[in-house]
Amino acid sequence: MIESLCFYLFAAITVLSGFMVIASRNPVHSVLFLILAFFNSAGLFVLLGAEFLAMILVIVYVGAVAVLFLFVVMMLDIDFVELRQGFLQYLPMGALIGLILVVELMMVFGGWVLAPEMTAVVASATPDIAETENTRALGQLIYTDYVFLFQCAGMVLLTAMIGAIVLTHRQRPGVKRQNISKQVRRRRDEAYELVDIKPGQGV
Amino acid sequence: MTTVLPNLVPALPEMIMAVGAMALLMLGVFRGNKSTGQVSWLAAVLMLVVMVIVAGAENDKIATFGDMFVVDGFTIFMKVLVLLASALAVLMSLPYLRAENIERFEYPILIALATLGMMVMVSANDLMTMYMGIEMQSLALYVMAAFRRDTAQSTEAGLKYFVLGALSSGMLLYGASLVYGFTGTTNFTVLANVLHGHEGHGPSLGVIFGLVFVAAGLAFKISAVPFHMWTPDVYEGAPTPVTAFFAVAPKVAALALLTRTLFVPFGDMAGSWQQIVIFMAIASMFWGSIAAVIQTNIKRLMAFSSIGHVGFALVGIAAGSPAGIKAMLIYMAIYLVMNVGAFVCILSMRREQGLVDDIDELAGLSRTQPAMAAALAIFMLSLAGIPPLAGFFGKFYVFSAAIDAGYYTLAILGVLASVIGAYYYLRIVKIMYFDEPVGAFEPLKAPVMSMIMMASAIFIVLFVFLPAPLRNTAESAAQALLH
Repeated sequence: MIESLCFYLFAAITVLSGFMVIASRNPVHSVLFLILAFFNSAGLFVLLGAEFLAMILVIVYVGAVAVLFLFVVMMLDIDFVELRQGFLQYLPMGALIGLILVVELMMVFGGWVLAPEMTAVVASATPDIAETENTRALGQLIYTDYVFLFQCAGMVLLTAMIGAIVLTHRQRPGVKRQNISKQVRRRRDEAYELVDIKPGQGV
Repeated sequence: MTTVLPNLVPALPEMIMAVGAMALLMLGVFRGNKSTGQVSWLAAVLMLVVMVIVAGAENDKIATFGDMFVVDGFTIFMKVLVLLASALAVLMSLPYLRAENIERFEYPILIALATLGMMVMVSANDLMTMYMGIEMQSLALYVMAAFRRDTAQSTEAGLKYFVLGALSSGMLLYGASLVYGFTGTTNFTVLANVLHGHEGHGPSLGVIFGLVFVAAGLAFKISAVPFHMWTPDVYEGAPTPVTAFFAVAPKVAALALLTRTLFVPFGDMAGSWQQIVIFMAIASMFWGSIAAVIQTNIKRLMAFSSIGHVGFALVGIAAGSPAGIKAMLIYMAIYLVMNVGAFVCILSMRREQGLVDDIDELAGLSRTQPAMAAALAIFMLSLAGIPPLAGFFGKFYVFSAAIDAGYYTLAILGVLASVIGAYYYLRIVKIMYFDEPVGAFEPLKAPVMSMIMMASAIFIVLFVFLPAPLRNTAESAAQALLH
């Protein structure tokens, strides 16, 4: 009872704020509605028992991505009214693409329902939520079952980093750099000079 | 909850390689570019040490990391080839880097990381491991192609290789996702079991589609026709020692991966992939031979030559038998030696103005530098497959495997293609021995170059007297794959 009440609350707010993201005139309000949509989707994930995904959504999407959006919106002077000029013109096209996506999703789900023998060959079935939390299940997969691939991915990233440095890093002459040992080695007598100025003569 | 540590021993060579590469990176970062020579030698030593460790392992099949990584006689054979080719490539590059003033310590480290990727490719027993290995190798190779970033040619080669390599990776991933979608697994062993059950009514169309895309993605990496377009441009544009590296080690690794992918998980679908491999073999042999005839740049010529040789190696795979795999393994081992030798000669074509890569620059080499001319002539005649040099035996084993499997047309077409190919190899010999000299090249300053040249020439000439060790090792490696 309370669960379905929560679901309808979260779902309704998600859909409404999703609509407000594209409907509101002020771009800052759009981003704030986006954040609201993220929070409510996180609530939906918690209801599904995917608490890790919920936390990641809040931390990564709200904490980083949405704030980045907000920065971009506030820093750059974009005329959103002008951007939205052809909104009605593109509406049929957008609706068509949305419809195709819905049909595809239904086909995927339908294939699942209609061909149950496919699930027989699934190598690693989803663990039961009642038995293990999904944070542990994910950790088990990434750091135990697929630890080799995880390490390989690390080496791939290292290679990419070395490659980027090889291709772009160059020593520019004439750039002043801090040399700490040189700074520390500086002695008093080479840093300043005492000049005895006689009165009335100047330097 | 306790977890059991996976068996790390089979992956010991990879771990030593990875840790070694990172240690060398630290050394290079602290000592700067003046340590390039030191880092290069240490990298070559590291590869040779890892090669000894690989070669010392047992021939039995051991799988680890949840059956994603496998070691057997086949991987040992291929890894020894890859490591040897990489170590030689590092040593061959050093004089070039010094002479061209592009000494950067990252160069040997990139080769080491690419080698690590190739080792993962060779040992891959899962579509995901396969992709990881390919990406690790490719990323390092893209950067190496663009290593002379100040010249437009090298940058263009790097960019071209990157764009087409990314395209081929995309195709491979698409195929892998289709295979996963239609079978529910990415593991080679499980895939083989799943597809084995389909014998009665044949595998589903989706799996065949996936297989075709995976094969196309891998064919890009070995540059088999019709996925070869990038090869001549990249080989010509990349710095010459990088070309020498490209022509050998990555091809060996990608062919090993292709062989395992076709024979282990898709072994029961041989009927589906054999026609693809046969087409690629014939097309590569002929296009490699015909297009090379009009080339004037020796690096482009070697690119087409490598396309042709991949075609010959594919004949062994197309035969679909243990003898075919054995022939392919022998072919790649001999190809490695011939190509390393030929590229040492190309890297020695240096005049005052720098490295030259026009074929006509070789004119009259027999009178100005008889030793180098003799060595290059041996490599060219061997590449053409003229008995009693080693190259002949490579072709002989491949064609006899095709005939034993009943592919007479394929074998006859292969012989025809190698006759066409002989023309341009012999043309180089003719230019060196019968044309007017255009002046000597600068003498070789690095003794390691002449040592590599001499050792490969001796191997090629004397292989006829002692083919048994290589043949027996290749035989047991082929048996290990099909077990």
